[in-house]
Amino acid sequence: MTPLLAVNHLTKTYGGRIGCADVSFKLYPGEVLGIVGESGSGKSTLLNCMAGHLAPDSGEVIFDTRVEGPKDTLAMSEAERRMLSRTDWAFVHQNPRDGLRMRVSAGGNVGERLMAVGARHYGTIRDQAVDWLERVEISDDRIDDRPAAFSGGMQQRLQIARNLVTGPRLVFMDEPTGGLDVSVQARLLDLIRGLVRRMGLSAIVVTHDLAVVRLLADRLMVMKDGHVIETGLTDQVLDDPQAAYTQLLVSSVLQV
Amino acid sequence: MISVENLSKTFTLHNQGGSVISVLDGAAFSVAPGECVALTGESGAGKSTVMRILYGNYLAQGGRVRIGDVTLTEAEPREILALRREMLGYVSQFLRVVPRVPTLEVVAEPLLALGVAEENALARAKDLLTRLRIPETLWSLSPTTFSGGEQQRVNIARGFAHRYPALLLDEPTASLDPTNRETVLSLIEEAKAAGVAIVGIFHDKGARERVADREIDVSSFARRAA
Repeated sequence: MTPLLAVNHLTKTYGGRIGCADVSFKLYPGEVLGIVGESGSGKSTLLNCMAGHLAPDSGEVIFDTRVEGPKDTLAMSEAERRMLSRTDWAFVHQNPRDGLRMRVSAGGNVGERLMAVGARHYGTIRDQAVDWLERVEISDDRIDDRPAAFSGGMQQRLQIARNLVTGPRLVFMDEPTGGLDVSVQARLLDLIRGLVRRMGLSAIVVTHDLAVVRLLADRLMVMKDGHVIETGLTDQVLDDPQAAYTQLLVSSVLQV
Repeated sequence: MISVENLSKTFTLHNQGGSVISVLDGAAFSVAPGECVALTGESGAGKSTVMRILYGNYLAQGGRVRIGDVTLTEAEPREILALRREMLGYVSQFLRVVPRVPTLEVVAEPLLALGVAEENALARAKDLLTRLRIPETLWSLSPTTFSGGEQQRVNIARGFAHRYPALLLDEPTASLDPTNRETVLSLIEEAKAAGVAIVGIFHDKGARERVADREIDVSSFARRAA
């Protein structure tokens, strides 16, 4: 099977400091990969390098495109990469304000992504927006409200709807449940899991929350100081961690 | 169906002075289709460790585990996931679910993950929940708030939803009343009759004697005192 995404020796430094160093892995269709580590471990740098938001110093990010097959996204033209990020890729930011247009209605936020890939019929766009708002449990009488009038949890769900409406194949998520209270978080996790299964999505989820990765991710990558310390099946890494740092991380979780 | 060769397992506790605990050394056994093997040995002998290695949850330091034609100890994560989806079931002692997901979906999930049509998967889930006497009024609720015995039965229903050719059972009859225990034992017997290879831990002696064809004393796998 061709991996959907193959990352080879990806390195990013900030001056003399290491962002992430020599990271390589393969992600297969339908897989969810969790990346965990403490603040400053390089997980967001890695995610942003893969998603094309940051230019890495060296390495390859090879994506299995629909038309041309596996292609290094770092060698693509800007136009090509932008098209990819509107169609096959999606990026869910930790702060929904970074991923939404706060002055445009909820429906408009979802519709904009559709229009970016060529949808022009207002009725169709609105219908799809209503359908997606329903899937993320936002009632349709809120479609004309601006996200600024939404709660944090609703904004996050709207951001997910906006990202998934074009049927992406790969979703990057940066702390998707960060800053949400636990009941909203549970609801969001349930939602993401259902969408991943029904749409056959692959996802890369960056988080510092081990409970989140246990529920969402099939595989886990542990990072520290820009390096990958340990990888494996999520439950294996959490239940039988091999590296000293992972053992420390797992044993530091507070029990409820 | 399940074969274990020369398996060894140590735990290295890096944050506690790097002490190394050896649990298994040279463990070897195999389980044929339709056979049920009970792991015995006192608490701490390594019964659950063996189960977890068989499920790919713990990493073995040496040796080989084969489930069907997959060598678990050398498999890639995605191969292990596929194995767990199709071939290998595990009923643990604890139910771990996403909050808010209804019981019926929790039980049907292994079937849905295999691509079974939703109505068939739900029908099978309903059938199992009925057999295990989970009242219908609870089906639409999340099992997180259920009693211990109810959670245990939901877990069993989930483990038996798909007929895995290999099944691992960790104390399936613990915390069950006699009627439910009987149901679980007959589920195990049906699985055996259908050719499922089972490895189980049963503290309940009656249950063990009834379903197990053989017993393996895990303490015999421990490192001999040098």
